[in-house]
Amino acid sequence: MRAFTYQRVAATAEATAALARIPGAKLLAGGTNLLDLMKLEIEAPTHLIDIRDLDLARIEDTAAGGLRIGALVSNTDLASDARIKRHYPVISRAIVSGATGQLRNKASTAGNLLQRNRCPYFYDTDQPCNKRLPGSGCSAIDGASRGLAVIGTSSACIATYPGDLAVALRLLDAEIETVDAAGRTRTLPIADFHRLPGDTPQIETALQPSELITAVILPPPLGGRHFYLKVRDRASYAFALVSVAAVLHPDRTGRIAFGGVAPKPWRVEQAEAALQDSAEAVVSIAFDGATPTEQNAFKVPLAARALASVIARARESSDAV
Amino acid sequence: MRFDEPALRNPIDDLTVFGRPVARIEGPLKVTGAARYAYERTELGKAAYGVVVGAAIPKGRIRAIDRTAALASPGVLGVITTLDHDRLPTADMCAATLFGGDVIQHHHQAMAVVVADTFEQARAASRLLSVTYERAEGRFVLADEEPRAEAAPDTENGGPDAPDIDVVGDFEAAFRAALVRLEQTYTTPYESPAMMEPHASMAAWQGDHVTIWTSNQMVNWAVRDIPRALGIPAENVRVLSPYVGGGFGAKLFIRCDVVLAALAARALGRPVKVTLHRPVIFNNTSHRSATIQRIRLAAGSDGKLTGISHRGLSGNLPGGLAEMATSQTKLLYAAPNREIGMRMATLDLPESNFMRAPGEAPGLMALEVAMDEMAEKLAMDPIAFRILNDTPVDPHVPNRRFSERHLAECLRVGAERFGWSARQARPAGVRDGRWLVGMGVASAIRNAIPMSSGARVRLERSGRLTVETDMTDIGTGTYTILAQTAAEMLGVTPADVGVTLGDSNLPRAAGSGGQWGAANATGGVFAACVKLREAIAARLGFPAAQCTFADHHVRSGNDTTSLAEVAQRGELIGEDLIEFGDLGKRFQQSTFGAQFAEVGVDAFTGEIRVRRMLAVCDAGRIINPVTARSQVIGGMTMGIGAALMEDLGLDAKRGFFVNHDMAGYEVPVHADVPHLDVVLLDHPDALASPTKAKGIGELGMCGAAPAIANAVYNATGVRIRNYPITLDKLLHELPPLSAL
Repeated sequence: MRAFTYQRVAATAEATAALARIPGAKLLAGGTNLLDLMKLEIEAPTHLIDIRDLDLARIEDTAAGGLRIGALVSNTDLASDARIKRHYPVISRAIVSGATGQLRNKASTAGNLLQRNRCPYFYDTDQPCNKRLPGSGCSAIDGASRGLAVIGTSSACIATYPGDLAVALRLLDAEIETVDAAGRTRTLPIADFHRLPGDTPQIETALQPSELITAVILPPPLGGRHFYLKVRDRASYAFALVSVAAVLHPDRTGRIAFGGVAPKPWRVEQAEAALQDSAEAVVSIAFDGATPTEQNAFKVPLAARALASVIARARESSDAV
Repeated sequence: MRFDEPALRNPIDDLTVFGRPVARIEGPLKVTGAARYAYERTELGKAAYGVVVGAAIPKGRIRAIDRTAALASPGVLGVITTLDHDRLPTADMCAATLFGGDVIQHHHQAMAVVVADTFEQARAASRLLSVTYERAEGRFVLADEEPRAEAAPDTENGGPDAPDIDVVGDFEAAFRAALVRLEQTYTTPYESPAMMEPHASMAAWQGDHVTIWTSNQMVNWAVRDIPRALGIPAENVRVLSPYVGGGFGAKLFIRCDVVLAALAARALGRPVKVTLHRPVIFNNTSHRSATIQRIRLAAGSDGKLTGISHRGLSGNLPGGLAEMATSQTKLLYAAPNREIGMRMATLDLPESNFMRAPGEAPGLMALEVAMDEMAEKLAMDPIAFRILNDTPVDPHVPNRRFSERHLAECLRVGAERFGWSARQARPAGVRDGRWLVGMGVASAIRNAIPMSSGARVRLERSGRLTVETDMTDIGTGTYTILAQTAAEMLGVTPADVGVTLGDSNLPRAAGSGGQWGAANATGGVFAACVKLREAIAARLGFPAAQCTFADHHVRSGNDTTSLAEVAQRGELIGEDLIEFGDLGKRFQQSTFGAQFAEVGVDAFTGEIRVRRMLAVCDAGRIINPVTARSQVIGGMTMGIGAALMEDLGLDAKRGFFVNHDMAGYEVPVHADVPHLDVVLLDHPDALASPTKAKGIGELGMCGAAPAIANAVYNATGVRIRNYPITLDKLLHELPPLSAL
């Protein structure tokens, strides 16, 4: 870990001002990913701005009939909130499918969206990685790629966005609310929040340098039945090989988003019309143009089978899964 | 004490505390944090922290290491690089360079140790070393090196003159003539012991003597190899390893943490401790080699095997050992025509070495699947097929019987308890919701290896007994079973016995490995207790042969004296070494088991989850059913890992194991481990040891993985012969979605 300075802020403006003023500064919330990366010197911030005292840990109703989730609401609190469980159960299910109880207690809503990828070469500072060291090359493309992305990738990077919560938020068309050092707020759709790697895989989100996430806004509830199916080799404490977030209605309409397959939560709205047809039909549209490696080509058929499993469960009974 | 005749009735047979479910005597120390592991010791003074830097290339030379920036980093006390030393001698049975010289043999070979006042300072400075490498081409793919592989004779069982291939009869002729034949190739992946406690050592010098606290399974090997590595006299080294947080073979031999702590402590003139941080362990230390195994079986229509051929290949650095994946095949089933042998290919990967149940674990993963496949070809029940081919003798030396062998009983008892009769022989026949459900079985065998083992037992003036030996407890329960042994022999309770372990100043014991610890170390304590009983009898003027020890008293005829009274007249000591004659040569001494598994395979996603397992074990007299059961369920859990997830992923281009941390190297988590049922049969083995006990620590892993593999086949009808069995290998053969 490199030496860094540290401050604990009491106001959002103080945090964004420090972000704008100090080159190499980073925000610290739960720290469940950032501190690990600092110990490995994959992240080497010059300055940490601890935002845990900010008043951003509440879940509030919005005038539009949705919810505003403060950036610092812990994963545990979010998953167990009665309104979330009742109206947005896909969020609860996505959260509890990941990490551990201890990590979910520490991890924040906004921090979870900003967690970095888990490509083994990104974590291995002895190996080239364009995300960690732009221009050094991608080791994964001809290396160990079984867990990595099959679509949305580039010749520079095939890392997967690893999170579960963001897949559920993408399904629900949540919005990300931010504020910058000039006090300007904006909301952006989560679809636009995570970026595909292109030639600049080190840039992972649309956040600007002095921008801080203040909340995640959920639109009014969609109804329907909510599913989050996470497929993995072991039963817990593993990232998804493929995950499926779904809201399904009795008339066979619905929404589908996939995790574990792309550099961002993967939702292709045009594919959802094919729910009337079959899981394979949805996946063939959603994964059109996929460029898997030999090791991870199984993810495309697995996505179809996972989605089929969700659809079958929806039809089996009216019990929530 | 020389053990060269079958054990007669002796005080152990009273089974007052021996054989009883005694809770671990050191358990409270461990759960309260009071047990201090090597990295936590304070006896030597405040230690500086050393952080090891591993080579970033798999093969080549180091041209230069610039340490200027590291030395200037805050808190840094010193940097020792591999260029500062000649190559240090490697431990016996090891191949990888510990430290020294400019030649890089494998990825993450230790290049330097950076020492600082705090761990964080040392770690930060370790990243400031600037290394100039000269890369060389390497050999990284086992299958590619097969044409250049060399024979790896089974010297462990066959002695120095063991043949390249163990041949009985004429296998090829039998195979040609057989009505039913099987020919298949199976592969097992590289696996990591991945024990919980990382390798760790702390060293301090007083003059030219060094004291080393370390985490090591074999103190007497460490104290042999450390002086050689450091170039100092053996008597100048003391090694202590009282607590070991798991080893699974990874801590049988000294690794670079030991020598770097000692070298740095000597160079800096102060105690230094070194732990290998997790991401370095996987490529720096040792792992189990991958194997490629070709099995051919021949049988008549009656199901009797007429021929067995098992030929295997593993890889290692030059001079390393093979993974003897074929050795169990010499002993498990009868067949008049046999050819069994291993070959080893040279690879430029980290060192392969012993890992829990070396040989048997991956070997049974192939053989016991082949047996399942053969049973199906013969339309026989897999249990009936195994029992039909059971053998009471070593099939390669037919006049050599097993000391005890109850494999058939294991299978029968297990079948009854597990509900085997409910198994559908036709695969893919059972559905439970979205789950395809299947059952599998496998035989297990792991040899009992006699090794000499010493101990000293003191009757202190206070009346307490103390057992002293360099034996280790690697989480297995050694403290407890040695206390039970001494308590049984002297007629006291385990609470009256203190046990001091893991100090090279104490009598040399067998150590912990190869499941040889329990039987041999309790044998050593038995021998020492016989000596102590004689000393007590002599003090009292009692004829030793007629004394009985019970209820804290020694009796001879009508004379009774309390041990406390004996002790008040001065401490008495019994010390001895158990040594084994040729019973192990005259009789094959092994442990046996039957493993049963029921799995569910998600018909949609191919995810495999174990639903329940049962192990029935024939491992001689069970010394302590609580600690024995813990060993077995630990082994079964490793079997789940081996079957379904454990896989050190090789980057064949860059020559290293990619998933070198606990996030990437998946082992079973609690959610993967269902209820594990264990039955311990009671067949004391009078030919194995005076306590009639044998080891069990590795038996529990043997057969667990192939039982799961066979259950996956029974559930799905898909036979995967390349471990681990993961969903991507099953997916394309699962029922089409239209059928679900």
